[in-house]
Amino acid sequence: MSTNSTTNATHGEEHGHEHVHDLRDDYGSKLGMWLFLFTELILFGGLFLLYMAYRYQYFPEFQLSAKSLKIWMGGLNTIILLTSSLTMVLSIVALQRRKIKASIYWLITTIVFAFGFLVVKYFEWSDKFAHGIFPGGEELALKSQGEKVFYGLYFTMTGLHGLHVIIGMIILGFILVFIVKGKVSPDRFALIENGGLYWHLVDLIWIFLFPLFYLLH
Amino acid sequence: MSYTDTNEGKIAHAHDPRYGINVMIWITLLSLTVITIAIAGLDLGNYTLLVAMFIAAIKSGFVINYFMHIKFEDLLFKLFIAGVIMVLLVIFVLTALDVFLR
Repeated sequence: MSTNSTTNATHGEEHGHEHVHDLRDDYGSKLGMWLFLFTELILFGGLFLLYMAYRYQYFPEFQLSAKSLKIWMGGLNTIILLTSSLTMVLSIVALQRRKIKASIYWLITTIVFAFGFLVVKYFEWSDKFAHGIFPGGEELALKSQGEKVFYGLYFTMTGLHGLHVIIGMIILGFILVFIVKGKVSPDRFALIENGGLYWHLVDLIWIFLFPLFYLLH
Repeated sequence: MSYTDTNEGKIAHAHDPRYGINVMIWITLLSLTVITIAIAGLDLGNYTLLVAMFIAAIKSGFVINYFMHIKFEDLLFKLFIAGVIMVLLVIFVLTALDVFLR
């Protein structure tokens, strides 16, 4: 892979560590991104741990409560997130193949899907709120301890996940601007790769949230 | 640096990015989602949770390996992920033993 120095100057990222003056380290940045993702896994892991322990303690209540969540809404959001993960990958592939316009369109599609996920979530949550089911809600206060725990976990975990969707949209929005400005380019794509990793993590967590809250009854 | 060679091997792969394989993975993931929902309709008793988590684990494998590109990364990344999965597994198994056998 050792090519001449002209290539190194223009495509610096591919041979970055051979140059003293080029401080870019795409390998290191990807490694750092993964280390961050591991902390995210531990964060959500703790909540999944709570889910496991309380599901064991309040098994009938968990089954009963899960029935109140609409499978088609959770399923729709699963399809939305999986598809957005695909469009995210396609955006990266397009950029690497020097199809910058296609990359931009795929990235916009990804952000639109992320927004779509939040819209579905909005309707889902407002439906629950309208029935008095939210932390501190009057209807929830009348329910059994196990159901309160279920909804507590439901709002905490899908809420934290939703927050990650919002953060993901912001990150992808920045990357979109960087592509338009040429700061993220076919020769410099570590940032979009790392943004993609974050977006796939959001998808990954939903893959577990969906069956645990919507399907197990 | 010691990782120069492997690093360039990784970059070399980036020169041949493909659309098709990712679309195939997406179709697989959607199919597995349909299977999970279909199975949820059946009453598998105590195995419902296990089956659901098993399918979720398979889906995660596809997302991590292909969408997150780990299949094509250095051994270092794979070892890190294996390590984190082991840590999570130990935490879950130990907690489960405590909760279930109390």
